[in-house]
Amino acid sequence: MTLTVRNLCFAYAHQPILEGIDATFDAGKFTVILGPNGAGKSTLLASLAGILKPQTGTASLHGTDITRMPPTARARQIGLLPQGAETHWAISSEALVALGRIPHMRGAGTSADDRRAISAAMSATATEGFAHRPVTLLSGGERARVLLARVLAGEPEWILADEPLANLDPGFQLDILHLLRQQAEAGKGVIAVLHDLQYAVRFADHLVLLHQGRLFAQGGVDDVITPANLADVYGIDANLFKDEEGAVQLFIKGKVRP
Amino acid sequence: MNKRALTALLLLLTLAAFLLSLMAGKVWIWPNSWAADNADGWIFLELRLPRAVLGLCIGAVLGLSGAVLQGYLRNPLADPTVLGVSASAALGGVGAIYTGLNLLPFGLFTCAMLSAGLSILLLLAISRSGGVMGFILGGMVLSTLAGALTAFIISIAPNPFAASEIINWLMGALTDRLMADVWTALPFMALGVALLLSTGRALDALTLGENGAKSLGINLFRLQWIIVLGVGLAVGASVAVSGVVGFVGLIVPHLIRALYGEQPSQILLPSALGGAILTLTADSLVRLVPGPSEVRLGIAMAVLGAPFFLLLLLRYRKGTA
Repeated sequence: MTLTVRNLCFAYAHQPILEGIDATFDAGKFTVILGPNGAGKSTLLASLAGILKPQTGTASLHGTDITRMPPTARARQIGLLPQGAETHWAISSEALVALGRIPHMRGAGTSADDRRAISAAMSATATEGFAHRPVTLLSGGERARVLLARVLAGEPEWILADEPLANLDPGFQLDILHLLRQQAEAGKGVIAVLHDLQYAVRFADHLVLLHQGRLFAQGGVDDVITPANLADVYGIDANLFKDEEGAVQLFIKGKVRP
Repeated sequence: MNKRALTALLLLLTLAAFLLSLMAGKVWIWPNSWAADNADGWIFLELRLPRAVLGLCIGAVLGLSGAVLQGYLRNPLADPTVLGVSASAALGGVGAIYTGLNLLPFGLFTCAMLSAGLSILLLLAISRSGGVMGFILGGMVLSTLAGALTAFIISIAPNPFAASEIINWLMGALTDRLMADVWTALPFMALGVALLLSTGRALDALTLGENGAKSLGINLFRLQWIIVLGVGLAVGASVAVSGVVGFVGLIVPHLIRALYGEQPSQILLPSALGGAILTLTADSLVRLVPGPSEVRLGIAMAVLGAPFFLLLLLRYRKGTA
């Protein structure tokens, strides 16, 4: 069970965003896509989600080109939590989570299967408490969990999240990370774009580091998060050390001196 | 009140407004003389019946189009005029009156509908990318262009009578329409309404933004086609047969949201019913105002609608603040 990209290239108005990306993503793993602003992380994630068609190269799911899959079938397999936590109408949290069932719906109304999946997603994210509250009245932390529940409700094999921690306080960020981790441990393929290197070090099984539209490094934490790579890609001077519990931690000292 | 009961109530109100529209006027025509072989029976069959049916259809079309466009653009200020289809249909109608083509059978309707169809094609060409921005800008350009050309035709009208006929038609009314007008407009409206009612799930998905909707398997390009075609056919036909009746498409979805909540798919059918109720009631009221000539429906709608809408906004803001 893999998502694979081969020689993926993408450009907006002749400005290259991604060039020749080759990468493999495994089910049952929490993969984090890293890279500085403008490195092409969101573009790569959108290509994996099948909502952006690369100019050359392919993104494929178990060997099938994602852009050639029927959109509904693709949506059942690959769930995307888009950037920006966008919601437009004051609908209830439960109604928002139910939107995740759209790829499964035929005809009007919700089936027993839909209702089971919705309530499972809401209980996994501890959002049942405000099921009937309009999403516009939720706090940032509650809203982030409801939006994740929306993705989980679709029961996709793959969960793609674009900056799911943006604008959240550390406690809520950890809630979301633990939820994503749980999904990976339950066998789902989880791929998230993150900005926070410290979280990436602690939560990721696999890392993909992008730099200026190219794949700079991929592999385990030890292979990718090295002081040399961080200096080259982010221009930062960072230390890695083991804490008293033996977990790898990252400390950013400052910018690299020119 | 649950949604089923609410919808039943709206259906009942629609029926009541329809019956009111059949009866109300300078001469009240009660059901016992609907089939009578006298002046009352004639007025009923030839004047009241087509007028009430048109009121019902046009109101439903405008309410539904407003709800769909607000959902699609995720903007509560959108209404059926944003696409420029109404302005284009109006231009076609005005052109027909100016050239005298309106004297041919179905001349005005055909011209207005052709003009609306042209605007649909232009919109589809302009907004090929499937983005919302091109769509709005395209609509604005069309609307402005059609408005300017309409003003131009009025300014070159050969005599004051022609100009006044044009202006009168533009202001929107359901007076003196025949059953033949109903039968011409109905297929376009029915097709448009069917297309628009099919958009509910996609509009719901757009609650999550364009990327969210796409990731749920929604084809936004196809959705845009359906909306342009649906609104174009339905609103184009209503303008062709009644002139421009404003405000219904803007105000009705707001009223319905207050009752049904904001989920886009949930307000489509109720907005159609609400639009029909509002239009039928307003069109009955304009007939009852004393005076030598009727107030035009389009004007009455704006005059009654604007303060009501303002009141509603003030109350709503107090409620949520």
